[in-house]
Amino acid sequence: MNINNFQNIINSLIPGLPTWLVFITSAILISFIVINAVVITGALTVWLERRLLARIQSRLGPNRWGPFGLFTPVADLIKMIGKEDTVPATADKKIFNLAPIVLLVPVLLVFAVIPMSNNSFLGQLNIGILFIVGVTGFNTLAVFMAAWSSRNKYALFGAMRGVAMLLSYEVPMALSIISIVLTTNFLLNIDGSNLSALSLVGIVQAQKIPFFILQPLGALIFVTAASAEMSRAPFDMIESESELGAGYHTEYSGIKFAIFQLTEFLAPVATAAIISVMFAGGIKGLSFIPGSVILVVKIFVIVLIFIWIRATWPRLRVDQIMNFAWKFLLPLSVINIFSQAIILQIFYSSDSIITINELWTIAFINWILAGISIFLLAKLFGHKGRDKNIPIPSKLANMEFTSE
Amino acid sequence: MFGFGLIKGLLITFKNLILPSRLFTVHQYPDRKVGPIELARYHQDWQNTSFIQFVINNPIKTIKSLIGLISIQDRYPQHSRFRGQEFGWYENRCTGCASCAKYCPLGIIKIETSRSGVDLDEGQKYKVDVFDIDMGRCMFCGLCVEACPYDALFMGSGFEESKYFRQELNIDINNLKNNDTKPSNWFRPQLESKNYDPRRNGALEWDQVGRHQKPTDTDQANKWSKR
Repeated sequence: MNINNFQNIINSLIPGLPTWLVFITSAILISFIVINAVVITGALTVWLERRLLARIQSRLGPNRWGPFGLFTPVADLIKMIGKEDTVPATADKKIFNLAPIVLLVPVLLVFAVIPMSNNSFLGQLNIGILFIVGVTGFNTLAVFMAAWSSRNKYALFGAMRGVAMLLSYEVPMALSIISIVLTTNFLLNIDGSNLSALSLVGIVQAQKIPFFILQPLGALIFVTAASAEMSRAPFDMIESESELGAGYHTEYSGIKFAIFQLTEFLAPVATAAIISVMFAGGIKGLSFIPGSVILVVKIFVIVLIFIWIRATWPRLRVDQIMNFAWKFLLPLSVINIFSQAIILQIFYSSDSIITINELWTIAFINWILAGISIFLLAKLFGHKGRDKNIPIPSKLANMEFTSE
Repeated sequence: MFGFGLIKGLLITFKNLILPSRLFTVHQYPDRKVGPIELARYHQDWQNTSFIQFVINNPIKTIKSLIGLISIQDRYPQHSRFRGQEFGWYENRCTGCASCAKYCPLGIIKIETSRSGVDLDEGQKYKVDVFDIDMGRCMFCGLCVEACPYDALFMGSGFEESKYFRQELNIDINNLKNNDTKPSNWFRPQLESKNYDPRRNGALEWDQVGRHQKPTDTDQANKWSKR
């Protein structure tokens, strides 16, 4: 499914329309379809997540409304639309109303560049990965807009922590993307294809073996940083419900809260789509299954892994999160970039070609390198290496009187 | 150490994910979604069929239960001595002494009596005109039942009696008269010795619930002649 197909259909139905009108009509049609499909997927993710979390915690989860409780998101949505849409009296109303939209739209925009076939929906964008990095950076702004405009101190606490976290995790994420782009550039140049190394189609094309096997370190950094970027457990510092009420959307209700909730569950789907394109080979896989089906299955599996992680790991403290970003992930991503560049250059310069066997050798070297570098960094910055502060016992606390 | 603890935690949750559903700690109330096997077992209570026969006889029900559309009434067993709502009262046993009203710590029982003209052996029996219980304030201590000397008042066994208005919680004498009386075994050992269960067995008549046998005419005659 592509925009060209739609243009052909419209041209055959109503011949003689101007080109710009055909383009606009088909673009609106295809974005309507894609947005609806994505939003329905998000609603089903809500159901899946609640159900799986319940099963892991020996509960039942939503099971009343429809078979296996499948219509629970619909019931939730109807309830939320029916609620009163309250705005605090001291709120900055324009920004208050704009914040949910600013949060939702970038998540939907991500799907514009995901290649479901050999092209993405709206044609091939040759700076796709830059587009994704730029668009996903918007959530920092949206979170801060929501918190600042609602004049609530708990919302502001959440947003302040969240902005610090989101900004620091964007650095390792971008650095791990750079190593991917580097590898893609090498492999595309060898193939002699004219695709850009920054486009997602080019990245999929270059994956003779999936990049999470070729670069385990990059995959680890990207998954960690991405789960922090969408502020899910164990990095759900923004809306830590046990500490801050609901975090940045404390003051929201009704349809705006529904949009926040939807975005919260759409973000794993969007991130899973990015990860499956960049690290798991995208539409590549078994040749007799259509590529879009393979991509959907990969997205589903990665979403399941995100839910599993959320069910297992507890939330980190603020200082632990910042330490993890700056002391562990940043050095790791720098090591990743330099090691990839050196290794690829060594293998390339010998005979100016990298065969598949050589790629497997590189993957083997990278796995060993990943183990060693994680081990060393944990030794350097782990809590066992640090000096422990032994508290000095106070004389008053002991309540012992010594007679001189 | 170096992230092995994280992987250990993931394995524990995965084990919990794939374990069968018998480990669920939640009991589904007021009805329970069942699969085909449990549904067939539920049906066998009143018709003697095997599981395969059940599937052949009710294919639509089987498919529905596979999708998860069929739920059965399923309650936790409840003790027969449960103190609940739907007070049981027997007009024939009540003399209108108003002991229950006097013993009630909240004073929510209201009794008005008038002369009935019926003479018992020990004295006159009163006609009970008004017998109101304000269930909205009742705390189900059961003291009124303990106080009743003639076994006329009993606790009930219901617990899902929420109403939309506070006035509907008042039980008046017509309500008590017309209801099927399924008395709880609370403070009534004579019912418990008969293995009576208010939730399984039917309603009881006034002459079945007494603590003592009704004396025969000869016994009565002997009693009065000795005196």
